[in-house]
Amino acid sequence: MNAKKKRLIYNLSTYAIVVIAFAWCQFLLNNGGMTRSLKGQLVPICCWVIMAVSLNLVVGISGELSLGHAGFMSVGAFTGIILSGWLQNGMGMADETLRLVIAIAGGGLLAGIAGVMIGIPVLRLRGDYLAIVTLAFGEIIRNVMNCLYVSVEGRGLHIDFLNPSLPGKLLLNGPNGAVSVSKISTFTAGFILVMLSLFVVLNLTNSRSGRAIMAVRDARIAAESVGINTTKYRMMAFVISAVLAGMAGALYGLNYSTLVAGKFKFDQSINVLVFVVLGGIGNTMGAVVAAAALTILPELLREFSTYRMLVYAIVLIVVMLATNNPLLKQWFSNMTNRARGLVRRDKPAADGEGGNPA
Amino acid sequence: MAFLSSLVNGLSLGSIYAIIALGYTMVYGIAKMLNFAHGDVIMVGAYIAFCGAQYWGLPPVMCVLTAMLVCTVLGVTIERLAYRPLRQATSLAVLITAIGMSYLLQNLALQIWGANPKSFPVDLVALPGFTLFGGQLRISGVTLVTVLANIVIMAALTFFTSRTKLGKAMRCVSEDRGAAELMGISVNRTISLTFAIGSALAAIAGVLLCSAYPTLQPTTGSMPGIKAFTAAVFGGIGSIPGAMVGGLLLGIIEILSRAYISTELADAIVFAVLIVVLLVKPTGLLGKQVREKV
Repeated sequence: MNAKKKRLIYNLSTYAIVVIAFAWCQFLLNNGGMTRSLKGQLVPICCWVIMAVSLNLVVGISGELSLGHAGFMSVGAFTGIILSGWLQNGMGMADETLRLVIAIAGGGLLAGIAGVMIGIPVLRLRGDYLAIVTLAFGEIIRNVMNCLYVSVEGRGLHIDFLNPSLPGKLLLNGPNGAVSVSKISTFTAGFILVMLSLFVVLNLTNSRSGRAIMAVRDARIAAESVGINTTKYRMMAFVISAVLAGMAGALYGLNYSTLVAGKFKFDQSINVLVFVVLGGIGNTMGAVVAAAALTILPELLREFSTYRMLVYAIVLIVVMLATNNPLLKQWFSNMTNRARGLVRRDKPAADGEGGNPA
Repeated sequence: MAFLSSLVNGLSLGSIYAIIALGYTMVYGIAKMLNFAHGDVIMVGAYIAFCGAQYWGLPPVMCVLTAMLVCTVLGVTIERLAYRPLRQATSLAVLITAIGMSYLLQNLALQIWGANPKSFPVDLVALPGFTLFGGQLRISGVTLVTVLANIVIMAALTFFTSRTKLGKAMRCVSEDRGAAELMGISVNRTISLTFAIGSALAAIAGVLLCSAYPTLQPTTGSMPGIKAFTAAVFGGIGSIPGAMVGGLLLGIIEILSRAYISTELADAIVFAVLIVVLLVKPTGLLGKQVREKV
């Protein structure tokens, strides 16, 4: 009963953080209390939050290190841009909201298909091999996107590879990326998408399937021997994560007037990984907070931006050492226990159960 | 003749990959970890050699030796500070730490040497090239040195691991760490030694790489590093001849696809080869099958 209650509180507070942040931003927007640069960051923040939540599903819940997450975002982004451009120029659809919804759904769908196609070979591997192959796939996707040319003529789409001379209006121009994209992403859409991805991931982790995924993570052979289909559950986590990343990508792509495939390099996958690690691997709420905070911070501290990646790198190493080295872990738990002991002495009846200070 | 010329270029690039792949494969074989920062040690080595030639006015041999020394110290330090505390941790934790280390090195280089690409002194490896077939096929000095260095290193390492006491200790640790420790082998010292050798080789690879492709910037090492790891996996990780075979094949595949298919898609083809190899033969070309124990 207690564990259930705890989980409920955790889930509700995760949603609450997002809702409160959204309401607060809306309040600031309506009262003009937000700088221009911060306003421009609202949609990207939503995108990175979704990316962090979805990568957390693979790295934290399913326990596989995927280094090609930006590749799925790239697939989603370019699918979204092509769909939206086609609907606008080819089909004459003026309704921006509908176009955005279709673009996001299409981006998610295609990224999901890419997830299945990549997942089938990748999930046969384990550990470091899996990481390096996801990295390879991320690079392949980027290379292929760099060679893709798409144009819209009448109601039809021309898609070609390595051939820039296409008739009609060019939507995707090879290495120059997408040009003159109509910016239709909105902060509200971002908020809804964040809530949706949280709903999917939190419900999944607390379901039978989610428990199976975590069982495979903790003890693959044991899980297999009690009849859990390990491939199916690893695949489930991988594909759902890809779909969410694709949706985030579509939202991200339709937020800028131009977009190049180089935007989704290996560095971006690492960026998202930093969000996940800093939020606490496997902790969805942490991923949300870390992604939002680390997207806003460099924006607020301009002079800090040259050192951003340097600090990220140090943070990554220190967090990993602090959470995985037995000696350091012991030291930290002693410190927290001592701090708890101090608090308890101040307020003797504050906390009923809890662990005894060591 | 164009094909032959591509083949020679591929052999040269492949030799560089092979030397880098040795570092990966030895560390992976012994410490069972993917040292993501290895590619960036290459970059540091190239920068040190660059500084030696450009600012400190050292003779070429001294440049290379200084780079090797600095990289050895760097590699051992990285192992001591970041990887040794995680000896018992999950592979996920170690891999993320290694990625962090890679970014740390890149960004430190960015702070020290700046983002502008430096043009590497091409005359560092000054050996006259020669022409064959009446001037139709040119083999440059750098190519010659690269291929020779590869052969010498490979022979020396094979001798070291099969004949010397330290080399045998390395093989023991890679086979069974616990048993090696019981036999009185210092596991920590052996792993440090492995990192030292790997990093010294990385410095050589850095100099050769930048002599062949003379633009030097903080991200120079990351792509060749990843491709060399691909080569190591291709040949069978943990196997020294495997690294050589994998590196040479990968270099040739890359140059040939660049020449005959598409420049843009060359990287994609290289990675696609990795994926196909891992699916068909998950232990690589010369790797050995390891049974999983419960």
